[in-house]
Amino acid sequence: MRIKFWGVRGSIASPGPRTVRYGGNTTCIEVRTDDGTLIVLDGGTGIFQLSQTLVREMPLDTHVFITHTHWDHIQGLPFFIPIFVPGNTVRIHGAYDIVSGSGIEQVMNVQLQYSYFPVREAELKARIEYETLTVGEPVTVGDATVTSVMLNHPVVDLGYRVDCNGKSVFFTGDHEPWYNIYDPADGEYAEYQRMVDEKHDGLVEAIRGVDVLIADSSYTVAEYPSKRGWGHGTFDSTIALGRRAGARKVVCTHHEPTRFDDDLERAFTEALARSAPAPGDPEVLLAREGMEIQL
Amino acid sequence: MTTLTLEVQRKLGTAVERMPAFPQSVQKILDLTRDINCLPKDLVTVIEKDPVMTMKILKIINSAYYSLPAKITSVNQSVVYLGLNTIKNLALSIAAVGMLPRFNTSGFDIQRYLLHSLTTAAVARQVAVQYARGQLDPSDAYIAGLLHDFGKAVFAQFLAHDFHDALATSRERGIPLHQAELEVIGADHALVGSMLATKWQFPQHLIACIRDHHNLEAEPTALMDCVRVADQICRKLSFGEAGNAWREDEAIVAPQRFGSFEAVIEALGDLEKIVSDAQTFAQV
Ligand SMILES: [Zn+2]
Ligand SMILES: [Zn+2]
Repeated sequence: MRIKFWGVRGSIASPGPRTVRYGGNTTCIEVRTDDGTLIVLDGGTGIFQLSQTLVREMPLDTHVFITHTHWDHIQGLPFFIPIFVPGNTVRIHGAYDIVSGSGIEQVMNVQLQYSYFPVREAELKARIEYETLTVGEPVTVGDATVTSVMLNHPVVDLGYRVDCNGKSVFFTGDHEPWYNIYDPADGEYAEYQRMVDEKHDGLVEAIRGVDVLIADSSYTVAEYPSKRGWGHGTFDSTIALGRRAGARKVVCTHHEPTRFDDDLERAFTEALARSAPAPGDPEVLLAREGMEIQL
Repeated sequence: MTTLTLEVQRKLGTAVERMPAFPQSVQKILDLTRDINCLPKDLVTVIEKDPVMTMKILKIINSAYYSLPAKITSVNQSVVYLGLNTIKNLALSIAAVGMLPRFNTSGFDIQRYLLHSLTTAAVARQVAVQYARGQLDPSDAYIAGLLHDFGKAVFAQFLAHDFHDALATSRERGIPLHQAELEVIGADHALVGSMLATKWQFPQHLIACIRDHHNLEAEPTALMDCVRVADQICRKLSFGEAGNAWREDEAIVAPQRFGSFEAVIEALGDLEKIVSDAQTFAQV
């Protein structure tokens, strides 16, 4: 299996000289299974660059898994070139949206409206299929299996584990570790904490033993208290999760749009320094646009 | 037992989808959510006091797509599983449907019904802690207490004419309301409540408790005992009112567990807080 990062930024694309080393595109990760099947995790602006490399492979049959429908994870979809070319099949997988009561089929439709985009969904030339996932039910894609886990974000967010011939990668999408909404003095505190611990343990089990954990590490621990409830993790929470789950490699992603390259490296180094690794702990990396990991 | 036609069953099932929530919670949800920094626990407090909101949220969350490891039975659990913002937006979309009118043509006072449901819920939770420790989850007792009479709210809203007759029959002949409902409507509120709970994939023990809370032949469970005795206590002490007046000849349910009314009421201690909390919310 091979993994390539096409977008590592959170919230909004942020190109410019001060983000040039880590990249300015929003979330998009390419996963190639052993038999060459293309799995795309999220369709942020990075998907446009990815799609330009796909022209040679057409006609192609590709699977896009959307962690959640916030802009920074779907905005590139209308620019995913394969959707305009006849003969291609693009299968889009994602969660059921409990509030709107619709499945992932709305992800393209909401964007391809007359006032916002010149092409209507009906005019796309490729065959587009939508698959609204049942959480936890594995989906077979080529020689790989993709399993979803419900995570914690202001909108339903699915983390995905891709397994292929004994190798595996887990991507959280956007995720804030569950926390207790009660104060220790409140009667509901203990019960709520039990549920929080249960959810967290469940996530650790879902990630258990992966080769690569890619996780939302938007904030520093100093920034976090004022951003609680916004749905993002910290460098420290990602490192701790990777260690607990026994991941081999941990990749911190979803960089803040205003965190320029030097600051990003500094924040990352500080987080590493806070928690000295024990033998056997995973290698921790900063996600960088263009970075590849071969498994 | 049931002679409710399929047609009426279907009508009630779909009607409830559009059933508005209580004015108090709609107003509080709108107020709270205007502030982006509103406290999550405040939001939970409002939602779990409204039987309609609670029913609707549990219904949506237990739908098949999320294949949760166990059925969700509390609002807090929903927040852990789906996240606060999603629950907040669900509550807002329910609030947008409108508000239940206090008076409907059946003459059933929906505010006093809310007070009865809230006090029954709170008393059931406390009874569970004191009399059935380790035998059930106290928050299940709360939910079951809150929802046990949901069928009445549905009747009042969607079968107002028949329900009006059932209320009158019960009053005039001094018979329990569920008996009068059976005579007039062909099914009682317990059956209708459980029918909806089944349709919405609630957990079995909750469905059974709603269905059988008036059926003395049903296999008793700790949950049922707690809800039934809480219902009796709230009616005896006139906490709210749900169309089923207290009858002096009523015997306490599960006497082997509870002894006598005097004993339970004594053991529960001061219920003033439960009542005043519920009154504040129900605004009666
Ligand atoms: Zn994001
Ligand atoms: Zn997001």
